[in-house]
Amino acid sequence: MSLLKVDLPGLALKNPIMPASGCFSFGKEYSQFYDLSKLGSIMVKAATLHKRLGNDTPRVAETKSGMLNAIGLQNPGVETIIDQELPFLASFDVPVIANVAGSTIEEYEQVATALRRSNIAAIELNISCPNVKEGGVQFGTDPEIAAEVTRRVKQAANVPVYVKLSPNVTDIVAIAKAVEVAGADGLTMINTLTGMAIDLKKRRPLLNNGVGGLSGPAIKPVAIRMIYHVYEAVNIPIIGMGGIRSAEDVLEFLLAGASAVAVGTANFENPLVCSDIIDDLPFVLNKYGFDSVTDAIGKGHVDA
Amino acid sequence: MKKLETRVMSMEKIAQATYQCVIHVEIDLLQTIKPGQFVHIKVGEGTEHMLRRPISICDLDFENETMTLIFKVFGQGTKQLQTLTAGDLIDLLIPCGNGYPIDEIEASHVLLIGGGIGVPPLYYLGKQLVQKGIKVTSVLGFQSASDVFYEEAFKTLGDVYVATNDGSSGTHGFVTDVIDTADLSGDYYFSCGPTLMLQAVETKLSDTPGYLSLEERMGCGIGACYACVVKTTDGASTKKVCQDGPVFKASEVQL
Repeated sequence: MSLLKVDLPGLALKNPIMPASGCFSFGKEYSQFYDLSKLGSIMVKAATLHKRLGNDTPRVAETKSGMLNAIGLQNPGVETIIDQELPFLASFDVPVIANVAGSTIEEYEQVATALRRSNIAAIELNISCPNVKEGGVQFGTDPEIAAEVTRRVKQAANVPVYVKLSPNVTDIVAIAKAVEVAGADGLTMINTLTGMAIDLKKRRPLLNNGVGGLSGPAIKPVAIRMIYHVYEAVNIPIIGMGGIRSAEDVLEFLLAGASAVAVGTANFENPLVCSDIIDDLPFVLNKYGFDSVTDAIGKGHVDA
Repeated sequence: MKKLETRVMSMEKIAQATYQCVIHVEIDLLQTIKPGQFVHIKVGEGTEHMLRRPISICDLDFENETMTLIFKVFGQGTKQLQTLTAGDLIDLLIPCGNGYPIDEIEASHVLLIGGGIGVPPLYYLGKQLVQKGIKVTSVLGFQSASDVFYEEAFKTLGDVYVATNDGSSGTHGFVTDVIDTADLSGDYYFSCGPTLMLQAVETKLSDTPGYLSLEERMGCGIGACYACVVKTTDGASTKKVCQDGPVFKASEVQL
């Protein structure tokens, strides 16, 4: 359906819907529910240079209209991901976005370099994971460091680089502008908000890691606000995420300025949610008077 | 595995904060289910509960095309599940995980050792073992007499020993105390319950091959989110409770 098409750097999307990184593993589990070729793209689970076992459990806790997670970037390492996980996705007609994480700038570079031999369409540069002790979010909270990581990964990569922004900052616009200047091809936002829940009986944080990343519908207004402001400050496309679970939510993100969206936590509530949203989106666009997805992007702004 | 919306046939309180929910499931799907597997249930409408609740499968009835689930009310999610009544729709992922590998074992006598809300999955397992001509002895542990359920049901499968922490029913103490005092042994054991109990059982029956069914806070329930992992015995890797388990060989994982 051409009304759902969106063209972004490296990504000719048949529709603007993709599962968010960390919520979809490498696709295999969800392929038993629907044909993954239906998706606009797939953001696969974060890759680090070496295998990571992640944090101790409990790693998740439900909160009102959301959840906290502290998985800790568990993954088998980039080489294993290229050899054993990505080939499965090659059998589907869907561009893959690899999520690149690291503890040092060098590690980010090495992961991006390793991915040159894979068939990914783009990189999502994860400078905003709140759940690891080293790296992760520290690269996403300082504009200069964020720009430096972006620059180095851009040099190492052979595909467009989308920088995933952390909402756990005072001024997200400053970070967005800095990574744009450093050469980012696009932005993805927002990562999870740092949060905590405490077990009343045990009088201790519920998650073994103490803090975790808050996701789900609870954070949607924060995501909308940040995308709205960043959209006005940059000229690179935004892939929006944060609590999306319906086609109406998608339209709200488009109006705020996102060109495409990722669905995360809602996959746990309904493993078919991305497929359902793709089916519903044409009707919702029509209902609110839009001819296409591209027609709606940024239309929530006063001067649009 | 599929996402299924089906009808609740009944909801009944069978012990303190413990509910038995019978749901309709078509025969074709029932026939694919193995003892030890679980269902992942959506809680209510709207966005308040974004995570499903994993509930073990207690029994299947092929004739009436029903499945029995038993759960305990621990928090807001299970509290809301308990409000479902006959005729209500229930949304589940079914079936999840791997069950007990009963076709792979050679045994003439098996011990079933359950603790609290770990008791239910052992019931359908026991029925399957009895059907295969295997003798079954059950050891069921609870906090107190008001928590005891399914004692009579397990008696239809073989000998049953109940232990309560406060001594208000059966043996005063833990399931492992019963194993000592009744001098129980089998070719295999199958156990499900709190981690501390599983550790004690594993230690007590270290010479007997066994399978443990684990519990962990889950996210997706299908193996995609890595929330419910358990370290392998060598500590070098992890297994996913929802997808690789919930049943593991006793020597396979660190408790």
